[in-house]
Amino acid sequence: MIAAQPFSFTSVAAALLLVGLALLLSWRQKLGVEKEMAWACIRAFVQLMAIGYVIHLILRTDRPIYVVLMVAAMLAFAAFTSARRARPLPGALLLTFVAIGGSTLVTLGLMLLLGIIPSGARYVIPIAGMIVGNSMNVASVTAVRLVEDARDRRPQIEAGLALGATPRQCTADLIRRSVRLAMVPVIDSTKTMGIVFLPGAMTGMILAGADPLQAVRLQIVVVFMLLAAVSLTATLVSYLGPGRLFTPQQQLRRLEA
Amino acid sequence: MSAAPPARIAVESLVYEVGRGAQAPRRILDDVSFGVAPGAVFTILGPSGSGKSTLLRCINRLIEPTAGSVSLDGEDAAGLPVQELRRRVGMVFQTAALFNGTVLDNVLYGPRLRAGAAGQRARAALAGSGPSGAGSMTDTRSRAGADRDLAAGLLRRVGLPADFGDKPVAELSGGEAQRVSLARALANEPEVLLLDEPTAALDPTASQVIEDLLMRLAADTDLTFVFVTHDLAQARRIGDHGLLLVDGQVVDHGPLPAFLDDPAAETTRLFVEGRLEASSAGREADDRAGRAADDARRAADDAAEPATRKEPSL
Repeated sequence: MIAAQPFSFTSVAAALLLVGLALLLSWRQKLGVEKEMAWACIRAFVQLMAIGYVIHLILRTDRPIYVVLMVAAMLAFAAFTSARRARPLPGALLLTFVAIGGSTLVTLGLMLLLGIIPSGARYVIPIAGMIVGNSMNVASVTAVRLVEDARDRRPQIEAGLALGATPRQCTADLIRRSVRLAMVPVIDSTKTMGIVFLPGAMTGMILAGADPLQAVRLQIVVVFMLLAAVSLTATLVSYLGPGRLFTPQQQLRRLEA
Repeated sequence: MSAAPPARIAVESLVYEVGRGAQAPRRILDDVSFGVAPGAVFTILGPSGSGKSTLLRCINRLIEPTAGSVSLDGEDAAGLPVQELRRRVGMVFQTAALFNGTVLDNVLYGPRLRAGAAGQRARAALAGSGPSGAGSMTDTRSRAGADRDLAAGLLRRVGLPADFGDKPVAELSGGEAQRVSLARALANEPEVLLLDEPTAALDPTASQVIEDLLMRLAADTDLTFVFVTHDLAQARRIGDHGLLLVDGQVVDHGPLPAFLDDPAAETTRLFVEGRLEASSAGREADDRAGRAADDARRAADDAAEPATRKEPSL
């Protein structure tokens, strides 16, 4: 036992050994991701430390305005990150912001309205984080898929346009496929929940010493909520995205990699 | 050179430029003008990369011309709803570009778009799951029957048996696929058919079949054809009038094959003698290489946004 108490700075430093292992593997296999990996770890450390203090402060003051600001900031970062993936689409940032923001607003709103979760910062912030994070991933995958498919199927799309189809008509199958693909990981993780892996929220509660049965109930709520959130996100991207592949004259845009 | 009675298609001073960021725009089409009389077969001939495909795409507005105009029966095409323009001006591409599903799904794509439950059924066809309309049983059956008759008629026009309708498109040969794509374009009952090297990707036999089909259609219908080819021999066989496009400019035009047999312009003479590509591009006028280069050029052209857009983006 290196650390005297769980999750002290000493134990975090010891965990660096694991990062070292990952770096070594990348280096040996010439994956070329060492730099990115190291940078990611530094970012994770700094960001988590910072957010830890921020949440600490917010919980102490427990003023709704801080909670709202915090969620807004999460949304902005998520939209920005996702928009970088969706870049070939004009107006990608607006698209990802509306998709992620819309689904967060609806799911979080419903949960609060129905009293599924209490309105305190202690509940809203971590739950919002989960929704925003998952929505971000799904928004990225849906948008990337849409752009790549449109690029691959340019001949068919243009054949459809040339036959007098609207952009929406000739991208209908693309849309369906991109939404389905983006949803697959979430559906699969829902299916295997508790068998293949123990999800974060539940794990966290158990680690923190809560009753496993209570932890499980929270996790069930989280899973249902995420399913709704990502469905909504993917649907929003698929509604707002395809139009952006085309010019106002219904011409398929150039979609650079 | 547009005729005195309103031409079916009139292209006036057409310019198409692509520009990437700060770079100076590259001119793909430079002041191109020509007219096509109703019912005529007009051939656009030119070496690979001369802008032939780009020119066709400007006509049905798959890309937006930088300047100049296209008119359809004396009416500015830019003023027409784009769907209507594309319905009236059909297009067949070098590759068949068929949709997933059956031959029937492809051939009936256009008619279904315009039918009552258009979007729904076309989406089903595109997804490869076949049509699945709502409505009463008899309704569905009579519609299906009418669809079948329509498709059979279209397939017959391109020399395919009626029972071809149920074939998945994945099972078609190159020549069959191109015939289906021709039937798909004809299903829209267009006034003009744009043909973008429809035989270039086919073997000589299949190519001959398509050529014969087109000649027959030209003779039997009042459809107007604009035919693009890089193949001199094909241009001599097909077309009443035509033009030679080199580096985006019309270097020569006139009745076919007369203007090729007795070239007035120096560039035409070089092209006819097969020395143009070698001299201007520094490579052999090899068919395959030419085709590959044309594809690459086409892809580059496709990928390019018009340098200027007439309307703001979304």
